[in-house]
Amino acid sequence: MRRSFVRTLVELAAADPRLLLLTGDLGYNALEPFMERFPDRFFNVGVAEQNMVGMATGLADAGFIPFCYSIVTFASLRPYEFIRNGPVLHRLPVRIVGIGGGFDYGPQGTTHHGLEDLAVMRVQPGMTVIAPADHEQLACALRSAWDFPGPMYIRLGKDDTLTIPGLEGRFELGRAQRLRDGADCALIATGPVAVEAVGAADDLAARGIRATVLVIASIQPAPVDDLAGVLASVPVALTVEAHYVVGGLGSLVAEIAAERALGCRVLRCGVRQPPDGRSGSQAYMHRTHGLSREALVETALRALSAG
Amino acid sequence: MTEPMEARALTPARIRQIILEQSKRAGVGHIGSALSIADIVAALYFHVLRIGDVREPERDRFILSKGHAVLALYAALFLRDWLSEDALNSYCGDGSLLGVHPEHALPGIDFSTGSLGQGLPMGVGSALAARLQRSARRVFVLVSDAECNEGALWEAVMFAAHHRLANLTAIVDLNGQQALGYTDQVLSLTPLAARWRAFGWDVHEVDGHDVAGLTRTIGSLDTRGGPPHVLVARTVFGKGVSYMERQLKWHYWPMSDEEYRQAMAEIGS
Repeated sequence: MRRSFVRTLVELAAADPRLLLLTGDLGYNALEPFMERFPDRFFNVGVAEQNMVGMATGLADAGFIPFCYSIVTFASLRPYEFIRNGPVLHRLPVRIVGIGGGFDYGPQGTTHHGLEDLAVMRVQPGMTVIAPADHEQLACALRSAWDFPGPMYIRLGKDDTLTIPGLEGRFELGRAQRLRDGADCALIATGPVAVEAVGAADDLAARGIRATVLVIASIQPAPVDDLAGVLASVPVALTVEAHYVVGGLGSLVAEIAAERALGCRVLRCGVRQPPDGRSGSQAYMHRTHGLSREALVETALRALSAG
Repeated sequence: MTEPMEARALTPARIRQIILEQSKRAGVGHIGSALSIADIVAALYFHVLRIGDVREPERDRFILSKGHAVLALYAALFLRDWLSEDALNSYCGDGSLLGVHPEHALPGIDFSTGSLGQGLPMGVGSALAARLQRSARRVFVLVSDAECNEGALWEAVMFAAHHRLANLTAIVDLNGQQALGYTDQVLSLTPLAARWRAFGWDVHEVDGHDVAGLTRTIGSLDTRGGPPHVLVARTVFGKGVSYMERQLKWHYWPMSDEEYRQAMAEIGS
C-alpha cells in the first residue's frame, strides 16, 4: 500500500499546505514522489521515532497535519508514550503511519512483526484507528479521513497489488464494509488478511454454508451498530486479524457481543502463541497461526458442528 | 483576600513565596525543584518572553519540560495576571487544572509535561513550525539536568542542530540533583556543556540565579540564524531556603508548620 499511500498523500498535499511528511529513515523507493514534489514539507528525522512524534506534536499545535511514517512496531511501540502524552493528550491531528501490519515483514523476524499495534492504539481515547485491507481502500480512507480532528493511527499493508474481491475501495469512518451475506456464520476481518476470510467464505459456500463477510477498516471509531447487527443474526462469528488475539479486532467484537448481550459465539482467529524465533513468508506465518483460508474453514466447521 | 494587580511585584522572591505558600497549603513536595528554577522563570516571564496574551498565536512559547517544578510557573502566570488567585488557590484541589504537573488545558500552559524527555522534542516541532510559517516567535524549553539522562532528549538535540533551529533555546537547570541522588553519583552528566557543544549547539554557561545576567544572555542570542542555543544554568536545588539547599529530601518532602515559618522568613515577605 506504500505507493497508494504516497500517491494519495501527494494529491492531498497539493491541495492543502498543512500536510507534512516525517519519516524515521524508512520508505526507500516509496516516499520519493512526496520528497521530490514537496522538499520543504518532507523531513527525514533520522532513526529517532520518539523525537519524530514529539516534533509532530509541536508542529500540529501550530496548525500543521504531520504524517509520521515508519514500520508498524517502530511507529507505534517505540514512541508510544510520546503518542499518549503528545497528540492524544493535546488532541492534535498527528498521523502515525505504520507500514507492515501483521506478518507483512514475515522473514524479517519477530522485531518486524506488527502484532499489537491495533490493541495499543485503540485503547487511547480520541485516537482514530484505520487498518485498510487493500490499497484501494487505503486511498479512499485517506481521502475521506486525513484531516479528521485529533490523532490518527493508520496501519498499512505492504502489498501494492492485492485487492479484496468485492471491497471495491469502499471505506467509511465508523462503518463496516459488507462483502457477503449469509445467516450461518460471520467472518469479520481487518487488514489484507481479509483475503483469506473471503476465500474461506467461498469454500464454506461450496459446502452449503453461507457466511456473512465483513471488512473492518475503521477500528476506532468502531462500527458498533454494523457489528451488533451481524452478531445478532448469526450463531458463530470468526474474527480474522494478523494481530495478537488480545486487544485487537477480536477483542473489539467480543466487547460488543458482551455489552449488547448478543448470543453469538465469537472465535478470535489471530496470534495466540508467544514468539519462538521462527519466521517465514507471510503465507507461512498465516498458516502457522490459523489465519490461512483452509485453517479458517476448519475453525468455522468445528464451531458450527459444536452447535 | 484578593491581591490587587498593582501590588503584584514581579520578583523572584514573590515566585518563591508562592511556591512555599501553595506547597504548604496543598501539603505536596517538589519544593526544591521549583525553588531551583524560580530565577530562570522570573527572567523568562518578567523580561524575556514576548507574550501579549497567553492565547495569542504569535506569542513566544515556553515548555517546562521538568514539569514537576510547575509551581514556579503557576506563580509567574499569577503574577503576570494570566492566572486568577482563585485558580492559583485551587492547586492540587479536586477537579483543578492546576496539578503537580502542567496541563495545556490551562490557558498559559503551552504543552502538558511531566514525563521527562518529552519537552524538547515538542519544542523542536514548535520551533520548526515557526520557521515553516515564517514567524518570529521563539521557543524556550526548560529541562532538568537529570532529564539529560533521557535518550529522546538527545534525538531532539541532534535534529535541532542539524536543522539549525536558531529560534529554539533550551535552558538546563543544572542543580546537580535528581530524585534519588546527586547526578554525579547516579549517572554522570559531566561535562554537560561540552556535550551540548559537541552536538552542535551554541552553549552559554550561566548563573541560573542571576536574573539580570540570564536576561542579558538570552537577549544577546541570535534567534534568526545559526545553531540552536542552550543556557547551561548553574543552580542550587532549594535555593533561598537554607535547610533545603542541596538536600535530597526536598525533592518530595512537604514542610511542617515550623519549617514553613522558617522558609518564609528566609525568603523575606
